[in-house]
Amino acid sequence: MKLLEYQAKEVLASLGIPIPPGMVARTPDEAAQAFAKVGPLAVKAQVPVGGRGKAGGIKLTKTADEARAAAAQIIGMDIKGFKVPLVYCEAALDIEREIYLGFTVDRDARANILLLSAKGGIDIEQVAEESPHAIARLYPNPWRGPLDFELTQLVYDAGLGEIARPLTSLIKKLFRAIPDYDALTAEINPLVVTRNGDVIAGDAKLEVDDNATWRHKDLEQRYGSVLEGDPYEVEARKRSLTYVSLDGDIGIIGNGAGLCMSTLDLVQRAGGRAANFCDIGGGAKAEVVENALAVILMNPEVKGVLINVFGGITRGDEVAKGIVTARDNLKMKLPLVVRMSGTREEEGREILRRNGIEPGASAWEAAKKIVELTQAGVPR
Amino acid sequence: MSILLDSTTKVIVQGITGREGSFHTEQMQALGTKVVGGTSPGKGGTKHLGVPVFNTVADAVEATGANASGIFVPAPFAADAIMEAAAAGITLIVCITEGIPIQDMIKVKDILREHPQARLIGANCPGLITPGQAKIGIIPQRITAPGFVGMVSRSGTLTYEVGSALSAAGMGQSTIVGIGGDPVLGLTFADVVQLFEQDPATTHLVLIGEIGGSDEERAAELLASGSRLKTVAFISGRTAPEGKRMGHAGAIISGNRGTAKSKEEAFRKAGVAVAETTDEIVGLLQ
Repeated sequence: MKLLEYQAKEVLASLGIPIPPGMVARTPDEAAQAFAKVGPLAVKAQVPVGGRGKAGGIKLTKTADEARAAAAQIIGMDIKGFKVPLVYCEAALDIEREIYLGFTVDRDARANILLLSAKGGIDIEQVAEESPHAIARLYPNPWRGPLDFELTQLVYDAGLGEIARPLTSLIKKLFRAIPDYDALTAEINPLVVTRNGDVIAGDAKLEVDDNATWRHKDLEQRYGSVLEGDPYEVEARKRSLTYVSLDGDIGIIGNGAGLCMSTLDLVQRAGGRAANFCDIGGGAKAEVVENALAVILMNPEVKGVLINVFGGITRGDEVAKGIVTARDNLKMKLPLVVRMSGTREEEGREILRRNGIEPGASAWEAAKKIVELTQAGVPR
Repeated sequence: MSILLDSTTKVIVQGITGREGSFHTEQMQALGTKVVGGTSPGKGGTKHLGVPVFNTVADAVEATGANASGIFVPAPFAADAIMEAAAAGITLIVCITEGIPIQDMIKVKDILREHPQARLIGANCPGLITPGQAKIGIIPQRITAPGFVGMVSRSGTLTYEVGSALSAAGMGQSTIVGIGGDPVLGLTFADVVQLFEQDPATTHLVLIGEIGGSDEERAAELLASGSRLKTVAFISGRTAPEGKRMGHAGAIISGNRGTAKSKEEAFRKAGVAVAETTDEIVGLLQ
């Protein structure tokens, strides 16, 4: 789960990291009220993607009216596919310098990597590409976390020795986001040094591990539902499905992530566009198929559905019965192509045929079939 | 011949009395896997599926001489189960459990450095099978046939699909290894490819990768440095949009690294045939 900036800052504050005073505003009036309390404000769109500044999602305001107008403009704005649900009104900072600080999971090293750079406030990936030596790195031991001397080395490597003390203490606090919140990525960019010499988080990004929500139930409750997000993804989440919305018109159901992804690839190859990715897991149980179909059919763009299931231990006849029942329960009228193979595949295909569903001979044939059917079905 | 696992491997199942553990232990036994026992804390001293149950892995190893373990315990306990197996001297640890927190796996990887004898497969993987001899995990025996093709894959069902196609075409397999789709894993593609290179019974190799990470690229580099195996690679997720997560925690693309394109190019550069669809794999391998 990617947290919004204000949520990430709440988390940072809970770890003892200084953040600027700020308030969430859901309406223009609330932004004006925030101005009255906080003073000159940065009004910032709350979306879980980068690049919001360039998209016009951040405005500096010097009066309450400006704050109101900025909020009116930003709330509801579309930034990279996310409708802005609210703004964060934060005290403008008196910036002396900007630093980059973050950690993330380095997949290749199978470890967390801490990154620190004196070149903050800008795109860190660009810094990494153009001047990799400007980023100091540390792989802390995952059991004990970074030790003081390791952090001192990191800070000096980054050329930030003159603020070594406040920085090492702040980095230690940030690293607590791993044991306390199962953070996978945390980023403070910029970490601001103010003219008074305070070190304070100017922005914050935080992603926590969805696999660890059982350890952090409070986090899910507090932050899980703020972002409206994609309505189908929200519904899929309620039904415990692994579902991602895409922008095509062919609904896809597969069992297993790899098989499902390769089904998307086949549909594209056949000239179609997938409306979603939906992995119903190895077992392909009837009720799960029905849940998946129900979510896919919510989307009015969907003109047909392709189901690609490999029955390993699950029997093909059971999968077929489940699909037929789901279709009937949902009164589905759109074209449906099913490709199934594995245990008892012939019995399964026979059940499909008897119920008016044409089984695809191979995944590729099935992909071509659904593309053909959906394109034929579109009135031109 | 085979890699990692054969009919003489002494296997225990951690979580043997659970629903998943029981079901798959029976499947493993049906293939002839030498299951010598299992663990389930509090049930030590009992018998389940005809084999003794122990409270801990150390007890099981002492009593049975087990050298391999299949882990079927729930995610909150799985990381500990892997470390327990490693500490007890198990040399092949296969963790099927899905949904282990990534930070737990990072800690596990750190502990495994203290136990260099232990090879971990997974987690979040279907396990491995040496057709006709033994399996640890959930790969259905039915899709396999004994033979000369080594298979290594990040995906479960895609492996089954390709395995059946190979078996149907008369191309049996030496060993099939599902390494799993999580970002922090045990054995990598490169590790498994090296094992196949050393196995005289394996002459062909199918590698099924997906977007995210750079393990496929590393395997390609290894193959480029000289290989006796006739290899076909397939990458799923070429149409997945950037930044979207496709089920496997691992399937995330960032920048140019980890895209289907970069992986396919790496294999082509290594002289490895790249299948555009799974249907093409059998033809390219022949």
